Amino acid sequence: MNLIAKPSKKNIKTYLPIGVVLVSFSLLDVFINAFISYNILGFLPSQVSYFSPLILGFIGLYLIRIDFSGFSSLDNLNKNINSSNFNAVLSLITLFILIKSIPPLLNWFVLEANFLGNSKEDCTGDGACWVFIRVWFNRFMYGLYPDAEQWRINTAFIMLFIIVGISFFTSEKLKKYFILFLVFVFPFLGIKLISGGSFGLEYVESAAWGGLSLTFIISAFAILFCFPIGVFLALGRRSSLPAIKYISIGFIELWRGVPLITVLFMSAVMFPMFLPDGTFIDKLIRVLIAITLFEAAYMAEVVRGGLQALPKGQYEAAKSLGMGYWKMNALIILPQALKLVIPGIANTLLALVKDTPLIFVVGLMELAGMIGLAKTNPKWLGMAMEGYVFAGLVFWVICYAMSRYSQNLEKKLRTER
Amino acid sequence: MSKIIELKRVNKWFDKFQVLKDIDLEVSPQEKIVICGPSGSGKSTLIRCINRLEEHQEGNIIVDGTELSESTKNIERIRAEVGMVFQQFNLFPHLSILDNCSLAPIWVKKLPKKTAEEVAMNNLKRVQIEDQALKFPGQLSGGQQQRAAIARALCMEPKIMLFDEPTSALDPEMIKEVLDVMVDLARGGMTMIVVTHEMGFAKEVADYMIFMDEGKIVERAKTKDFFEKPKSERTKLFLSQIL
Repeated sequence: MNLIAKPSKKNIKTYLPIGVVLVSFSLLDVFINAFISYNILGFLPSQVSYFSPLILGFIGLYLIRIDFSGFSSLDNLNKNINSSNFNAVLSLITLFILIKSIPPLLNWFVLEANFLGNSKEDCTGDGACWVFIRVWFNRFMYGLYPDAEQWRINTAFIMLFIIVGISFFTSEKLKKYFILFLVFVFPFLGIKLISGGSFGLEYVESAAWGGLSLTFIISAFAILFCFPIGVFLALGRRSSLPAIKYISIGFIELWRGVPLITVLFMSAVMFPMFLPDGTFIDKLIRVLIAITLFEAAYMAEVVRGGLQALPKGQYEAAKSLGMGYWKMNALIILPQALKLVIPGIANTLLALVKDTPLIFVVGLMELAGMIGLAKTNPKWLGMAMEGYVFAGLVFWVICYAMSRYSQNLEKKLRTER
Repeated sequence: MSKIIELKRVNKWFDKFQVLKDIDLEVSPQEKIVICGPSGSGKSTLIRCINRLEEHQEGNIIVDGTELSESTKNIERIRAEVGMVFQQFNLFPHLSILDNCSLAPIWVKKLPKKTAEEVAMNNLKRVQIEDQALKFPGQLSGGQQQRAAIARALCMEPKIMLFDEPTSALDPEMIKEVLDVMVDLARGGMTMIVVTHEMGFAKEVADYMIFMDEGKIVERAKTKDFFEKPKSERTKLFLSQIL
């Protein structure tokens, strides 16, 4: 039966080269097939040639699966993608799919795409028409905000980046003031700058705001407010005072049980009916309040998870030192509980950012909304793909940055051994 | 001599189960009392009632002249005067040992940060872990953590120290270092109530021994009498099992 000896260190000299050749050949076959559409093994019957890379690669991987081979890179390879026959097949299929998917993506995104021009007619290739994004870029960033006043949005965001940048490099003591300024002063300063109406700045109504800058404004304000409200709701839900407890539970369950799109619609259409005549609250502010309260309910449950995970001894130790309710929570409980639920908080905030496009139901157009508007322009029909791929990339960049930040924060705050 | 702790006919129930039955107890300043008894006898609950980590339902508990009641202001003031050391240490894992010790003095006693840190360092010296001050609790051994917890309680300059089985969660070779600190503290004149099974420690420092069973104080006696001629049969049985 021992026609083929099991791969081991004894026969490594013959098995390893044969295995490497077979695996390389199978990958090369798929590669050539994907990039220049030529089938090296085309002379074989079609079914056989179709599966031949998998079969050859499988045999190759079997031959190089040598325990304790003495080469650390080979051992690593075996451990990670070639630990059993089944895993070898999965690894090969994954690699083949990756190789096969590169050329079409490359073609669409770059090689056959059009970058230059001013209208749809300039897009002659089969790939993406990036002209669309280029021409509409200004609208995608600023919405319908008047061109002449866009420097105000730019200034606000540049100021934000500068302050954040400086606060990263200053001492701990100064940092505190920067953060206080960022949280309590800057948002209102920035909004005043963008909306105008005083200091000689022309008033720009919020209906004209839009694009990526609106995405940022809404996300930033909602995050800023939903976090503290969520924390208070979480504490309230665990309060020993029945009134506070049941109000918190009622609030959380109400908002969690309703779809955001309904909440937004209500805020825009129904809410004004309940206001006394003559009072007017800006649509953007109503939407902001709606998103904030909606996300606060989710935030509350995330934070409550952290509060519940803390051992009772932490509460008792804090109490036994004479700390009251607020000191205990602010100094002992929340710092630990929030640290525990950083992944959950990041999750909620990412969801919040990605929920912002829903504000289209009340007629506000942030990035995805503006793209939706642009793609229905008669001169630019058929550009949905480019638009939404662009929106997807932008959202991905924002969310990935937030995710990395939360991971860094987790690492920085880790004090356990 | 006036009493610093007085318990009069204290009763407590967990739901329908009565954990404390008609407890009467008086402690004078600088007295050291060791409470022993089988598990479930209510010893921990008793001392946790003294700083109101547990509420009693009947009777009076008077600590340093103030009666424990619903008034949160009184409770917080008394808790600041009564230090407590737990079986599980309960250090704050997100703070360094120094911050663990200086936090309550800064925020509860309103000491300036610098003074609080000096107090903290002095107490850490007293329990001989001043070299660990900047480490986090997770980096210390069990014995060091418990000594840090004692230092943390001492930083509030309490009049009374409560110890709830302080050595039960420790490896045997670490028990001694914690007991040494406690003996030292006792010699310094601290009023102490200690729940423990360490009878060697009890013989060395206790003025009085209390034996509890099923929520009642079965026997209260001078330490020497307690070990040499216990009155109740239950006490004799208990002592024969653990000595």
